[in-house]
Amino acid sequence: MRERAHPEGAAASETAAAGHVVPLRVLAAVWGTLLALTALTVVAAGVDLGNLNLGVAMLIATVKATLVLLFFMHLRYDRPILAIVFVTALLFVALFVSIALLDTHAYAHQLIPGYGPALPK
Amino acid sequence: MTGIESGAAGFGQGGNALGRDNYLNHERGIKSWLLTRDHKRIGVMYLVVILSSFFLGGIFAELIRTKLLTPGNSALMKADTYNQMFTLHGAIMIFLFVIPGIPASLGNFVLPLMLGAKDVAFPRLNLASFYLWVGGALLALGSMVTGAVDTGWTFYTPYSTTTNTNVIMMVAGIFVLGFSSIFTGLNFVVTIHKLRPAGMTWFRMPLFLWGIYGTAIIQIMATPVLGITLLLLIAERALGIGIFDPALGGDPVLFQHFFWFYSHPAVYIMILPAMGVISELVSVFSRKHIFGYSFIAMSSIAIAVLSFLVWGHHMFVAGQSTLSSMIFSFLTFMVAIPSAVKVFNWLATMYKGSIWLATPMLYVLSFLFLFGIGGLTGLFLGALAVDVHLHDTYFVVAHFHYVMFGGTVIAFLGGLHYWWPKMFGRMYSEFWGRIGALLVFVGFNTTFFTQFVMGSHGAPRRSYHYQPQFEAYHRLSTIGAYILGVGFVVIAVYLIHSLLRGRPAPANPWGGATLEWQTSSPPPHDNFESTPAVGDPYDVEAWTWDGAVGGFVRRAPAGQPAGS
Amino acid sequence: MAAGATREGSVAGTHAHHVAHHFDNAEQQFESGKLGMWIFLATEILLFGGLFCAYAVYRSNHPEVFVYAHRFLDTTLGAVNTAVLICSSFTMALAVRAAQLGRRRQLLGLLGTTIALAACFLGIKGVEYEQKWKEGLLWGAHFHAKLAPSPPALPQTLPPVPAAAGEERSLIPPAAIGPAGLARPGRPTVAEGSEGPPHDVQVFFAVYFLMTGLHGIHVIVGMALLSWMMVRAGRGEFGPAYVTPVDLTGLYWHLVDLIWIFLFPLLYLIR
Repeated sequence: MRERAHPEGAAASETAAAGHVVPLRVLAAVWGTLLALTALTVVAAGVDLGNLNLGVAMLIATVKATLVLLFFMHLRYDRPILAIVFVTALLFVALFVSIALLDTHAYAHQLIPGYGPALPK
Repeated sequence: MTGIESGAAGFGQGGNALGRDNYLNHERGIKSWLLTRDHKRIGVMYLVVILSSFFLGGIFAELIRTKLLTPGNSALMKADTYNQMFTLHGAIMIFLFVIPGIPASLGNFVLPLMLGAKDVAFPRLNLASFYLWVGGALLALGSMVTGAVDTGWTFYTPYSTTTNTNVIMMVAGIFVLGFSSIFTGLNFVVTIHKLRPAGMTWFRMPLFLWGIYGTAIIQIMATPVLGITLLLLIAERALGIGIFDPALGGDPVLFQHFFWFYSHPAVYIMILPAMGVISELVSVFSRKHIFGYSFIAMSSIAIAVLSFLVWGHHMFVAGQSTLSSMIFSFLTFMVAIPSAVKVFNWLATMYKGSIWLATPMLYVLSFLFLFGIGGLTGLFLGALAVDVHLHDTYFVVAHFHYVMFGGTVIAFLGGLHYWWPKMFGRMYSEFWGRIGALLVFVGFNTTFFTQFVMGSHGAPRRSYHYQPQFEAYHRLSTIGAYILGVGFVVIAVYLIHSLLRGRPAPANPWGGATLEWQTSSPPPHDNFESTPAVGDPYDVEAWTWDGAVGGFVRRAPAGQPAGS
Repeated sequence: MAAGATREGSVAGTHAHHVAHHFDNAEQQFESGKLGMWIFLATEILLFGGLFCAYAVYRSNHPEVFVYAHRFLDTTLGAVNTAVLICSSFTMALAVRAAQLGRRRQLLGLLGTTIALAACFLGIKGVEYEQKWKEGLLWGAHFHAKLAPSPPALPQTLPPVPAAAGEERSLIPPAAIGPAGLARPGRPTVAEGSEGPPHDVQVFFAVYFLMTGLHGIHVIVGMALLSWMMVRAGRGEFGPAYVTPVDLTGLYWHLVDLIWIFLFPLLYLIR
């Protein structure tokens, strides 16, 4: 395996094909944080923040997802190419969603009666 | 060069291996083919099934053209049959032939050879992709028996959710074919990333591999969206999910966003590998180093990325908002830039080369001419105002045939003729090869250039009846289609003949400098008997014709005998 | 699918040295398998991306429907299910660790726990589905829930074309505007300011069932993969020298968790 940082100094036997062994306490800490964040997002949904509610929920979900990716899925210890592949996929989804949204939002009012939110008066 | 023993003396490095152990006779029996994990055999199996679907789609095309000889009703087929016929022609040609065409057959065969690897990264997955293709194709073709689809290959809602034909079966077949395509792309990306031998750096890779790499990116990033689109369509028909049904609050235009998010990039799945083939051929048959290597390589990636940004140009008149149409129109013009970068680099490669008009080169010249027309007429359609007039006319039909046929199929034929000696160890008849290329070129232009004229006069596409004023054009177009058909029969005959009686091919019949020419024809089971030395893939001038071996040999460095 | 990518590892698994003939060494093979799996995960993201796109489009065009209809979902069950999946992800990560360290019994136990948690997730999901089914809160054409009394429909057909003086009125009806060919004519626009449910509540349930359904299918596939890993672990195939299949199955399982992490707030916690 290439020279790579093993910050936790894993005591595990390191053979070429086994990959990085994530220390137990890191995994446990991530697990605890994920559960806490789940509780937090439920609580946050109960508070009226107006338009911010969706943003807060998505922010918390993104933090959770990042934790899973970095530690459970080993991205923190792996080659950058894997993260690049994953982020590329997210960018393509973002592209798809944003343009479809831009377009449907623009034509929704005009095309189908009753379709889409009411026109601003 | 390598220590490959020349069994049939006089064929140069690697030589002809027909009489020796090679991938074709390494194992025998039908089972050894059906369960093989050898990328070369899988490539050959793909070639067989893909050419069969091409043949089937071609028959449908000829039938359609025959009907269109006359404007009114026809004894040949009813209007409904006609609708089913052009749908099947489109679906078979697109999903069964053009999309897997070059990557799965030629790519599978050549990619590891060009890379200097023993196989693709996941040989079992490769075989699985092949069987997914077969399964998907059977499902899609099965719909012919159970109620051939009449929606056009685009399956637009709401018609596709209301027609009585067996849309579910066809769509399920294409869903499976999509997985085949994804796994092929995945396999190629991993192979290129991980299996390059020492010395094979990214910028020493042949440009065909850059083309395949760009294609694989699109296959991976776009095909899943087709998957979900088709699943939604199935859910719509089977369960009444209502996503695309306005009566239930759904949005049929959204279907088009979904569909074209895949299907526009899919156009580049078809053309990028074709451009890769041309990049190889143009250098070899001009006997000159490729011009602008890194520009061609990078333009492949640029095209792959840009291909995702232009899907809305299919929806200019479908109710898309003006803002999106303007954005998409602008981005569509952007695609012309990397495409033109390639064309100009090819022309610069040919400039002052010693052009050898062998059969593959005839296809290269056809490609440059036809793809030029196809690409430029794409700009007409990308312009918003002009598109309103031309949309859904024969102009569109002519445009995409110039790109898909004039581009992809011509390059496929060029590549097939170029690698044929390597694949099967035998040469085809050069004379008949040229006749075939000429017939295809003439037939194609007669068929489709006429349609440009007809379309610009407003002839609507896909209609069973047409106005009598277009009859002359339709007749001419049909005559062209028959010439084209004859051309393909000629090609089929001499290629099959060459398999049986062809002259044994040397290791390097064309003087290519890429690695696949440095092993025997056909290659041994493990591709190379010893690891080949990686050099400049376009150093074609280092290879000279040697009459004694009947092929090209590397020009000897000073003081050494040739062919050492 | 995932099985295909994972199975590649097993090509090597049957060899004593775990390395297929076309790889130079075990590391190259392991890295290739991983890259292949991540690319596969990217395609999964795009597959779900389509549904997220549908979600975004319909939520932005029918915000009132989403706010109204999400109340029919049970937030408690959703939150519990999120926790269950997170726990299963944790046990999966531990299982990969156990495989890396060559602890076979631990690996078997952890894989078993992961499967049990996955089954628990599906069980809770099943309870939720059953509830919706009983109440008729289904998708599109099958939606037949008795919602609060709906407001009197506002008759809003297309206005008749006024006949100008001295002109004969066309007998041809006005063209449908846009792709509204199948839209019910005379449907009222959004019931503004009125009490009762908004129109097109079924849109939310179509999106809900599509997203959770596709996710559920992935959970089932994951359970199958995990069971297969258990069989192979039982045969003692995995150890410090060879963990690829467990590792790749783990990646797949975490992705299933990842998608649910987004589905939960998007479907259950709308405000």
